[in-house]
Amino acid sequence: MSAVGVAAPLVRRKPPARVRRKRMLVAIANHSVLIAAAIAFLAPFAFITLTALMTNNQALSSNLWPHPFAWHNFIDVFTKAPLWRWTLNTMEYSFAATLGVVLSSVPVAYALARIRWRGRTVAFMVVLVALMLPPQVTVVPLYVMWAKFHPFGFNFIGTLWPVIIPNWFGDAFSIFLLRQFFLTIPEEYMDAARVDGCGELRILTTVVARLAKPAIAAVALFSFLYTFNDFFLPLLYTGESAHHWVLSIGLSEFRSLHQVQWNLTMAATLLVMAPVIVLFFLAQRAFVEGVTLTGVKG
Amino acid sequence: MLLLMAPWLVGFSVFFGYPLVMSAYLSLNHYDLLSPPRWVGLANYRYLFSVDPQTWTAVKNTLWLIVVLVPLQVLSAFGLAIMLARARQGVGIFRTIFYLPALAPPVAATLGFVFILNPATGPVNTILGHLGISGPLWFQDPHWSKPSLVLLGIWGVGNTMIIFLAAVLDVPRTLYESAQLDGAGPLQRLRYVTLPSISPVILFAVVLGVIQGLQYFTQAYVAAGVAAGQASQAADVTAVSLGYPLDSTLFYPVLLYQHGFTDFQMGYASAMAMFLLVVSFAVTLVIVLNSRRWVHEGAR
Repeated sequence: MSAVGVAAPLVRRKPPARVRRKRMLVAIANHSVLIAAAIAFLAPFAFITLTALMTNNQALSSNLWPHPFAWHNFIDVFTKAPLWRWTLNTMEYSFAATLGVVLSSVPVAYALARIRWRGRTVAFMVVLVALMLPPQVTVVPLYVMWAKFHPFGFNFIGTLWPVIIPNWFGDAFSIFLLRQFFLTIPEEYMDAARVDGCGELRILTTVVARLAKPAIAAVALFSFLYTFNDFFLPLLYTGESAHHWVLSIGLSEFRSLHQVQWNLTMAATLLVMAPVIVLFFLAQRAFVEGVTLTGVKG
Repeated sequence: MLLLMAPWLVGFSVFFGYPLVMSAYLSLNHYDLLSPPRWVGLANYRYLFSVDPQTWTAVKNTLWLIVVLVPLQVLSAFGLAIMLARARQGVGIFRTIFYLPALAPPVAATLGFVFILNPATGPVNTILGHLGISGPLWFQDPHWSKPSLVLLGIWGVGNTMIIFLAAVLDVPRTLYESAQLDGAGPLQRLRYVTLPSISPVILFAVVLGVIQGLQYFTQAYVAAGVAAGQASQAADVTAVSLGYPLDSTLFYPVLLYQHGFTDFQMGYASAMAMFLLVVSFAVTLVIVLNSRRWVHEGAR
């Protein structure tokens, strides 16, 4: 007898003791499984944290609990590897890309959701196809393009620009998410603005942009996360030039580069996880809304 | 309108349309980025399908991953969502705990798992040892490397779980009530009410899972690199570590990366990309078309 299935009759009678006991047992079983699963999901975080606090010798032994706690690991990490440099590069990539995604995707999504024009359905299908295809499909010619393109002798390979620039020309996922949200805005708002003599551009910047704040926040959030986690494209373009590495690449090379041990590697791992997790607790609602928006209304 | 669409039109042509056409052209050439492309006709495809032994390995590994990981992810996300929907207390805390790993950056999560599952002193094998079980070699063993990646994938199932949970909570109570009046037990209600109601969301998760399976790269690359480095302790092992151990984590995108960006066989890599294009297109189409048979229509 699940909690969801409980009917609400006109007169609520207390169920017989047998039924109540059974319900109680089901609830206890349900919660026990949940607690076990929660422990399993938390365990990796716990092991990573504990190891990050161990001395080198402890990390090499099979001890599970640090003794003594080596807090200085979190300082040593910064002297072992150019973590600051990687962080700055990551920030550069994340901010430039996120700004571009928002500015370029909002108008496209609006045109796809709210303006009637010939070919709109086809354009939307194309966006969906672009969303479905693996990046590996287009990556070879794009690499060739950037490798052969030297305006004023500037070499794009080895920098983050080939990864940043495409974000300024509309991102399929963001267009999709924003379009789904724009569709939920009542037409009356736009009609009222049109009657008042607003052009579509003005409607977009005043009416729609304001109503769509949660969706825009979700897009910015996802774009930030995506770029922060991105590995494949930065690896292609900056793999050979360590000065331009982002955190994800630096972290993946961390062990082999400096022959550092597990304790420092785990400390660095934890430091890379931290910003995302802190961000999550600051913007929990935007996260959950964004995730469900993409899934449920699809 | 045109003004609004302009950025995307430019972006789409330059960063999507052009590369697609170019990829098709390059796949018919021998091209190493230094000397100009040399026309070779279908030779790249012939080599890809009938000569290169690694192609089959990579295809097999990728299929294995999709066939095992996607159903397990859907099942665990569904299970967690159902239990969360029924829980009476602590829903918020449990939801956060299950969602958090999905947030961990893939590189960081993979590094964490390679450490936790390291055969010699890793916590998992230490604990298994205390229980009298000698744990497997995980990322060091060709038979266990893919299952280890599957564990990592299930750990990050939070996104799917959130979507499922929202869908489960969206199912109208009246449906459960009328099913109960008709004498349906809890399992029957799950089978005949919950499942059909959320089938569109399950379809979404399956399509997304398959697509992600086809482009599975970061975790495989990092896990192989770190595990190989750990085994040999040599300074630079990245060049030989793709697919470690014994090509067991050589997935299709990893092989494409190897041909295109460590060997710079751009023509051959383009042929691989064209094959990937056809497969991902076909797979998506098949799933979506077949879905009419089992996705509940009223819910669409």
